[in-house]
Amino acid sequence: MRKIFVSLSVALFVPLVNLASAQDASLIEAAKREGKVAWYTSLALPSSTALAKLFQDKYKGVEVEVHRTGSQRVLQRVMQEVQAGIKNADIIHTSDAGHFVLLKDKGLLMKYVPRGTAVIPDGFKDKDGFYYGMRATLTIIPYNPKIISESEAPRSWRELVDPKWKGKLVTAHPGYSGIIMTHVAALLNQFGWDYFKELSRNRLHLVQSANDPAGVVASGERPVGVNCAEYFCYKTMKQGNPLKIVYPKEGVPLVVSPTAIAKDAPHPSAAKLFTEFIFTKEAQQMLADREGLYTGHPEVTYPKDKPRLKELKLLPVDPQELEDKNAEIKKRFVEIFGA
Amino acid sequence: MSLPGAGVLGKLRVAGRPGLRRIDATLPVWVGAALFLVFLMLLPLGSIFVTSLRDEHGITLRNYLDVFTEEAFFKAIWNTVVVSFWVGVIALGIGALLGWLVTRTDLPWKRAIRALVMASFVTPPFLGAFAWTLLAGPNAGLLNKLYRSLTGSEEHLLNIFTIEGLIFVMALYSFPYVFSMIANVCELISSDLEDAANILGAGKMRVALSITLPLAAPALVGGFIIAFLHSLSLFGAPAILGLPSGIHTITTQIWALFQYPPRLDLAAAFSVPLLLTTMCLIALQKKILGRRGYSTVGGKGGQRRLVQLGVLRFPVLLLVVGILSLSVFLPYWILLKAALSKAWAVPLTWDNFTLGNFGFAFFSYGDTQRAILNTFKLGILTATVGTLIAALIAYITNRQIFRGARFLNFFALAPLVVPGIVLAVGLFIAYTRPPLALYGTIWILFVAYLTKEMPIGFSQAETTFKSIHPELEEASRIVGANRLRALRDVTAPLARSGLIAAWCFIFVGVIRELSASILLFTPKSKVVSVVIFDLKEEGQIGVIAVLGILLLVVSFLVIFTVQRLVGRDVLASRE
Repeated sequence: MRKIFVSLSVALFVPLVNLASAQDASLIEAAKREGKVAWYTSLALPSSTALAKLFQDKYKGVEVEVHRTGSQRVLQRVMQEVQAGIKNADIIHTSDAGHFVLLKDKGLLMKYVPRGTAVIPDGFKDKDGFYYGMRATLTIIPYNPKIISESEAPRSWRELVDPKWKGKLVTAHPGYSGIIMTHVAALLNQFGWDYFKELSRNRLHLVQSANDPAGVVASGERPVGVNCAEYFCYKTMKQGNPLKIVYPKEGVPLVVSPTAIAKDAPHPSAAKLFTEFIFTKEAQQMLADREGLYTGHPEVTYPKDKPRLKELKLLPVDPQELEDKNAEIKKRFVEIFGA
Repeated sequence: MSLPGAGVLGKLRVAGRPGLRRIDATLPVWVGAALFLVFLMLLPLGSIFVTSLRDEHGITLRNYLDVFTEEAFFKAIWNTVVVSFWVGVIALGIGALLGWLVTRTDLPWKRAIRALVMASFVTPPFLGAFAWTLLAGPNAGLLNKLYRSLTGSEEHLLNIFTIEGLIFVMALYSFPYVFSMIANVCELISSDLEDAANILGAGKMRVALSITLPLAAPALVGGFIIAFLHSLSLFGAPAILGLPSGIHTITTQIWALFQYPPRLDLAAAFSVPLLLTTMCLIALQKKILGRRGYSTVGGKGGQRRLVQLGVLRFPVLLLVVGILSLSVFLPYWILLKAALSKAWAVPLTWDNFTLGNFGFAFFSYGDTQRAILNTFKLGILTATVGTLIAALIAYITNRQIFRGARFLNFFALAPLVVPGIVLAVGLFIAYTRPPLALYGTIWILFVAYLTKEMPIGFSQAETTFKSIHPELEEASRIVGANRLRALRDVTAPLARSGLIAAWCFIFVGVIRELSASILLFTPKSKVVSVVIFDLKEEGQIGVIAVLGILLLVVSFLVIFTVQRLVGRDVLASRE
């Protein structure tokens, strides 16, 4: 029976696979000639190096140079290099979808449609085929259960403005992190700037990366975060650190982080190969399993102890809106919080 | 070629009467120095002025208006002044005390204390600041935890994320500059005058106040200014300690203005006051230190008698060790702990022990290897080229090989007035676009480092040549050697140790440089300090600790190796 099934499937799929693998073979060949791909990414360092390693193990001879920093810094570096005529970046990946509106407008992206993106939902795609959501991140409230009991823990974004949290909160920065940029934009739509002004009276500790509040909360430096990248908190928690996650009842900002190939990519084939790889089920599943991320891939399964996206009230933000509000959010945030 | 260079050359031609041969010999030096000045100083700084005075419509003062009317910018300036002033005061207090103690008293363990002061000097301030966030964060900081468990209090003892915390940490890493200055002076003041006053019946206090203090006063003021300037130019420490509580300084503000969309015009306008302040202070310092009215200071004549500390000997030693544990022992210990733990805030038990941070830093994370390579390439290259140029200029000015040679001094010392971040703003504007597109390569960092370290290398080289009397060379010339031979056989061996010290200073200065690198790097040309700052922004504490330890270990290895080679204390001056 099994044999029959195998041969049947071979008979059915071989032609298709052959066609694809012929394409693949030439792409792989070209990528190997280029030898490497420079990946400007805002994915947390441990996660991005893990993904790069998975790729390198699969395609020996194509090195992934991981250049990891915050989304806004990635954009800054890309734009500085463009200005100076330096062609170094192959793939650009940030968590501020607005960046891709900007980069596309300026003609800095290469149109490329990876095969794997056929199955992902519309919210993860640019309609013209320039960029695709590689992963989705939620922003949530992390707290330290050693310091704050479950009953005391805040259940909503609004509760965080309560003066009882004065000196106990930490926030990441939209001027660094695309996740936090999207987070602020999402909450602005709910509560307006007054919410942030009230929040600032609680004397927040400011860090940069959306991942950093996890460490700050787990160490006890501040017992509660007013935001944090959920996947990083999940990982921190799984490593045995004292940290718990609250999915606030008003809704959870959904951050879709696109990836795109730079128009002047010095290693275009390697960039295409890596982009193809990113959207394979294998890579997307790895992001979900190992890194605790959500993805647009419909067949990916998630750890049992994480909520399904459809169980949550999600607060997505439109990329165009993010691009429009980027400068204002950076400026107002600094005015309100001081730096 | 721009005008100043041509002007110098024109003058030279008029001045070079003694004959064509002379002009030929000196011309390359002048051309070299002029090029150096034009490309490394005038072009970048000129770009700053031009950019600061322009907007899309033409010439304007709007950038200055924007900078000086915007409250946030004004606050950054005010914060910087307050912080730098107190850093100056505290660094002066610590540096003068320690400098005096190790040179003029019978304090035990002087060599060890000097070595520890050197360790504070070598420690990059941003690394010290990072370590102190782990030690004295108000809630998780280990010192605060200790305090709470000892006293049962709910409050914290220290909060490092405040202006006071920032002053404290910056003073810890600025005092070595004051120390070396004061120690040098104290070694030169002879006890004769103090003895005379004693004989005439003055008490210890009176002697100290009316003899020693006035003799040391210029050095004290100079030390204050040096510490003030050092703190003014720091970027990493204020970014790590100030930003989390919304405190900006001038340097962090300039850095923030580079973020997208970049406001280079405002960054330039904001750099100008920093530049002018530094210029004024350096001029002031020169004036004060240049007033060499005291014949007792300036030669090695007379005897220096050690003050007996008596019963105070051990309490004072304890105090000194206490101070140095703040700048060295505690930070190093916490770095080591963070490097070896999974969670730094939890006690280091077997459960919490890991070598993963080392593995990740060295093997998984691609940036590290490239950055280490870049850092050492730049360190060795800058130190070697810098020492050669510094030695050449110092030799020429010291031996007055041709007319006007002393003006070369100016070329070598001019970069002193330019804070690293301002230099970087200028280099960025000047060399980002073709035809001089240095940006994107490590060469723009090389240029920045070479410029920045030139004054240090030069002063070290100058001191060296000053101490070698020309008589020795003349003697060898009399017995038939030509100038080059004399240089090779006589002067070079004598100057060797001094020049190697210069090499060390530059090397250490380069591998810990952050304030210029942070604006000039690209992902391809990252250096370790920038990687550390990147990781700090992401909160990768264990990996930062590993790289910090690496920087320290390499710095110390270099210094120890060199000391062995040379056989003396490189940074501890004249012992």
